[in-house]
Amino acid sequence: MTWTEYLVPLGQGAWVTIQLTFWSTIFGALLSFAAGIGKLSRNPLIKALSIGYIEIFRGTSLLVQLFWLYFALPLLGQAIGIDLRLPPVAAGVLALSLNIGAYGAEVVRGAIQSVSHDQYEAATALNFSDRQALWRVALPQAIPEMMPSFGNLAVQNLKDTALVSLISLQDLAFKAEQIRNFTQDSTTIFTIVLAMYFGMALVLTAMMKVLERSVGRWRTARS
Amino acid sequence: MTEPIIKFDNVVKRFGSLTVLDHLDFEVNPGEMVTIIGPSGSGKSTVLRILMTLEPIQEGVVYVGGEPLWHEKKGDDFVPASEKHLRKMREQLGMVFQQFNLFPHMTVLRNLTEAPRQVLGLSKKDALERAEELLEMVGLTDQAKKYPHQLSGGQQQRVGIARALAMRPKIMLFDEPTSALDPELVGEVLKVIRSLADQHELTMLLVTHEMHFARQVSDRVCFFDKGRIEEQGPPEELFTNPKKPRTREFLKQVLDPDA
Ligand SMILES: Nc1ncnc2c1ncn2[C@@H]1O[C@H](COP(=O)(O)OP(=O)(O)OP(=O)(O)O)[C@@H](O)[C@H]1O
Ligand SMILES: [Mg+2]
Repeated sequence: MTWTEYLVPLGQGAWVTIQLTFWSTIFGALLSFAAGIGKLSRNPLIKALSIGYIEIFRGTSLLVQLFWLYFALPLLGQAIGIDLRLPPVAAGVLALSLNIGAYGAEVVRGAIQSVSHDQYEAATALNFSDRQALWRVALPQAIPEMMPSFGNLAVQNLKDTALVSLISLQDLAFKAEQIRNFTQDSTTIFTIVLAMYFGMALVLTAMMKVLERSVGRWRTARS
Repeated sequence: MTEPIIKFDNVVKRFGSLTVLDHLDFEVNPGEMVTIIGPSGSGKSTVLRILMTLEPIQEGVVYVGGEPLWHEKKGDDFVPASEKHLRKMREQLGMVFQQFNLFPHMTVLRNLTEAPRQVLGLSKKDALERAEELLEMVGLTDQAKKYPHQLSGGQQQRVGIARALAMRPKIMLFDEPTSALDPELVGEVLKVIRSLADQHELTMLLVTHEMHFARQVSDRVCFFDKGRIEEQGPPEELFTNPKKPRTREFLKQVLDPDA
């Protein structure tokens, strides 16, 4: 096998990695908003749930979360008589989303809290409800603040996807290991893999920058 | 005798151990333009902030339009107001802030249409009509598409006034609307406030250090000191013939600081 022949299987793996990154970043972002806003809620139950989720998933490693969802959860389900077996893709996306969502939640909370108190007072003076003040006044100003951190988290997430090869998902890391076992050509394979991850990270960073610019357009408008 | 549209009845406001309003009695009649003056920390902003429901009170009752603002009647008792009551009461009030507090992520036009649409449920067309009318009134028709940071301070404050007016309040509260402005921009904002005062449709409460302006436009001037009204009266009287020594001292300081 020459190095060009590695590209097809590695490309297939990269495609899986891209999909994992894409979906877990989307779901992770949704979780970030839910838990980040939830942590600021006046409802004690919602607040406690959000804090519990954030602390548990930030306080344990992604690997353990992944194994727990894939190996422990089905057994737990068996014990109580529910089928909780997850296909590897679902377990992988779920673990990645939950993990990044917990970190993202702190970003969301911090950005919302950084919106000036004056803005909330203006919202009150115009008789906005709490919910309207959050969605129409606070969040549109907070989201651009979140973007640089979200960009970092997305790249972190991309790199973390390599762990899902441990539950036999055929991502880039899995494919690399597979070909390496077959050919013993570690140097070439890992050099290509390195370049591929780096290339994906570059594209992802560029996409996040475009997103950042589009949600913060009002900040850079010129007279 | 008209019933006052604003009435502070024995109101106490504290921040921790600091008493900011000390058993304040204060009334404003419908259509009246009242200016509040006084030294820093005397509680001027606090009066406006209580009315805008930004600060709760500890004792006494505030009435707006004859109804208690921070309380609800339950039988013969007054109980603390619910959010629902506060939202209903807020419909009557609008506020203009020292730092403008415009929404930086919305264009000027959107700053003016957002609350009427979301809160009052106006149609897009009606909200736009209302906004365009107000922009014309404050002389900013050509700035509608800009964002607040693209405007001068004076323009921003005029947007602030228009934004509050778009909700059609009965009472307008102005908390030092020109204090954050460069001197050359003060006039354009005062001009807008003056035109509102001249219409006599709104009840206006203005906190300001612009004594000359206060004298020209106010129906009544209240001098606050240490959380109480030390002296009040028609501007001509209060400015030319203050009765209390504290008033005289304060006016001397602000009108003639070098003497
Ligand atoms: N949120 C707060 N917490 C604690 N103390 C406060 C708070 N807001 C106001 N105060 C205090 O209450 C007093 C009255 O404040 P207020 O803002 O009403 O004064 P003011 O007459 O408007 O003064 P200025 O001319 O400086 O604006 C001041 O001593 C101020 O420090
Ligand atoms: Mg003040």
